Amino acid sequence: MSDGPVVALHDIVTRFDSNLVHDGLTLEIQAGEIVALVGGSGSGKTTLLRHIIGLTRPAAGTVRLFGEGLRDGSVHERIARQRRFGVLFQQGALFSALTVGENIAFPLKELGVATHAELRDLVALKLAMVEMEPGHASLMPAELSGGMVKRAALARALALEPELLLLDEPTAGLDPDRSAAFVRLIRSLHHELGLTVVLVTHDVDTLAALATRIAVLAERRIVSFGTLEETLAQDHPFIQRFFLGEHGRNALARHGGNH
Amino acid sequence: MAEHRPGAAPVIRVAADGKVLLAGDWTLRALSADLPDLRARLAQVPSAAHWDFTAVQRLDSFGAALLWHAWKRRWPIAEGLGEAQRRVIERVAASSGKLRPGGARFGVVDAIILLGRALLGFRSHALGFIALFGQIFLDLAHLLRYPREWPLREVSANIHKVGVKAMPVTALVGFLIGVVLSYLSALQLKIFGADIFIVNILGLGIIRELGPVLVSVLVAGRSGSAMTAQLGVMRVTEEIDALAAMGISRSLRLVLPKVLALTLAMPLLVLWTSAVALLGGWVSARLELDLSLGFFVQTLPAVVPISNLYIGLAKGAVFGFLIALIACHFGLRVRPNTESLSVNTTASVVTAITMVILADAVFAIATRSIGVPT
Repeated sequence: MSDGPVVALHDIVTRFDSNLVHDGLTLEIQAGEIVALVGGSGSGKTTLLRHIIGLTRPAAGTVRLFGEGLRDGSVHERIARQRRFGVLFQQGALFSALTVGENIAFPLKELGVATHAELRDLVALKLAMVEMEPGHASLMPAELSGGMVKRAALARALALEPELLLLDEPTAGLDPDRSAAFVRLIRSLHHELGLTVVLVTHDVDTLAALATRIAVLAERRIVSFGTLEETLAQDHPFIQRFFLGEHGRNALARHGGNH
Repeated sequence: MAEHRPGAAPVIRVAADGKVLLAGDWTLRALSADLPDLRARLAQVPSAAHWDFTAVQRLDSFGAALLWHAWKRRWPIAEGLGEAQRRVIERVAASSGKLRPGGARFGVVDAIILLGRALLGFRSHALGFIALFGQIFLDLAHLLRYPREWPLREVSANIHKVGVKAMPVTALVGFLIGVVLSYLSALQLKIFGADIFIVNILGLGIIRELGPVLVSVLVAGRSGSAMTAQLGVMRVTEEIDALAAMGISRSLRLVLPKVLALTLAMPLLVLWTSAVALLGGWVSARLELDLSLGFFVQTLPAVVPISNLYIGLAKGAVFGFLIALIACHFGLRVRPNTESLSVNTTASVVTAITMVILADAVFAIATRSIGVPT
């Protein structure tokens, strides 16, 4: 593993027309961490995630992944860098014309390295990793429930053995049971595969159970970056509202044992 | 750059005592650099060999799957295998063979099933189409009883969309067709000295036949596909269900305005396009045969009975009704995936054009004794 941060954002400025979203935002994420990105609606969390993926480009500032600039090097090197991370989009973004199994096999097939038999075994393995049955491989995404879509999408994100996993609202739209199960799943994958995980979330339950560090996005920059205890010690008004409002307090009380 | 590349390239080496020594990173990223060569070397190793994992730094599930298949899906004698690495291989072993290869051979039974499915599909389309057709008239009857519920804004918006906005493209195509038709006819007529019959040919051909069919093909491609896609996406995003949940009839709010608007707008579009096509025909006749506009305009009503115009306009209304109804029928059948959207949009346009040409043939037979000077 390289020594430097896996994700390094420096002095990011993002502007949508006249609306300034990020202003001089800096964030460094070390290997092996689970970083939760929290912030109010419209504070630019998902936009920041899209900067990291390379879907959007900040107006100023640099994005570095694995110690290399996001757009450095030849096309070939850029593609190789993109294959080192997996993304779970908010709605899953499974290809609706392909079955679940084809969805998971798709990135590997694109790479053209595996034989058909290996592909089938790897698909079965990824399905097992996200606690789905081999029989689910032949279903179409439209036939899956919300929680299953997220699992299948996670399996696809894991197909290329990523070192970095980016999750956009992984538990949004799941019932508390499924949400807790999904959190357990991500934690066990993190433990087994040694992944670095960056997740955007609104859910205090999720981040209290999962995150090793919390980055709070407010006032167009990162106002706090630390463990849950360190974050709670800050007296920024957004942190107070977010964590110490009624819902936040209840959630923290439920996860008191973990921290 | 180089120091960021973690680990070393995967290495496989057969020692003098027959032991297979593996080293480096056996991960997807490291392996994919030189995979064919590695596969070839793995294939050369006898299956009963001893495998030494001591020097392997990292092993991911792709590396494990590669080895597992090289081992013909059986555990070999392996030593120096770390706990984590053993677990990775065990997991691959556990899920190996769980997925059966899909896609059985296509046989006679499959052919019969396919044929049956096609016939049942056709039947279901026909029934759905008839039901939608009937629903339009039920809706109209409902609106006659409750005139306050007329979806006038939707109808007007649709007329603007399918009628007004289609005028430039239909005019352009009509004009060019008029020019071409007139030019080719004029060349022939000049040979026989029958120059003035150009007015008959253009008048009858365009007003009665070419205008309505031309506009229908354009409108089916332009507005029919748009209607199907719009309804299809509304189904995908559950907007149609949201309407139903509010107690608003989808046929009344979505289908009827489209059908009504196209039925009303098409005759007008036909009139407009036929007029521009005649203008194009005259321009060509003027250049080729030196025909004056005054003569053209004077002769036209004399040689083309007015009933031809009525037939053309009636065709426009019927074709418009058919196109919109077919477009809505396919739009409402879209299932929530991208493939279904593309299939239904294609089917909508193809079916609409085919049906228009069929209906045109029926018109030709039904009106064969009307408006054709003998």
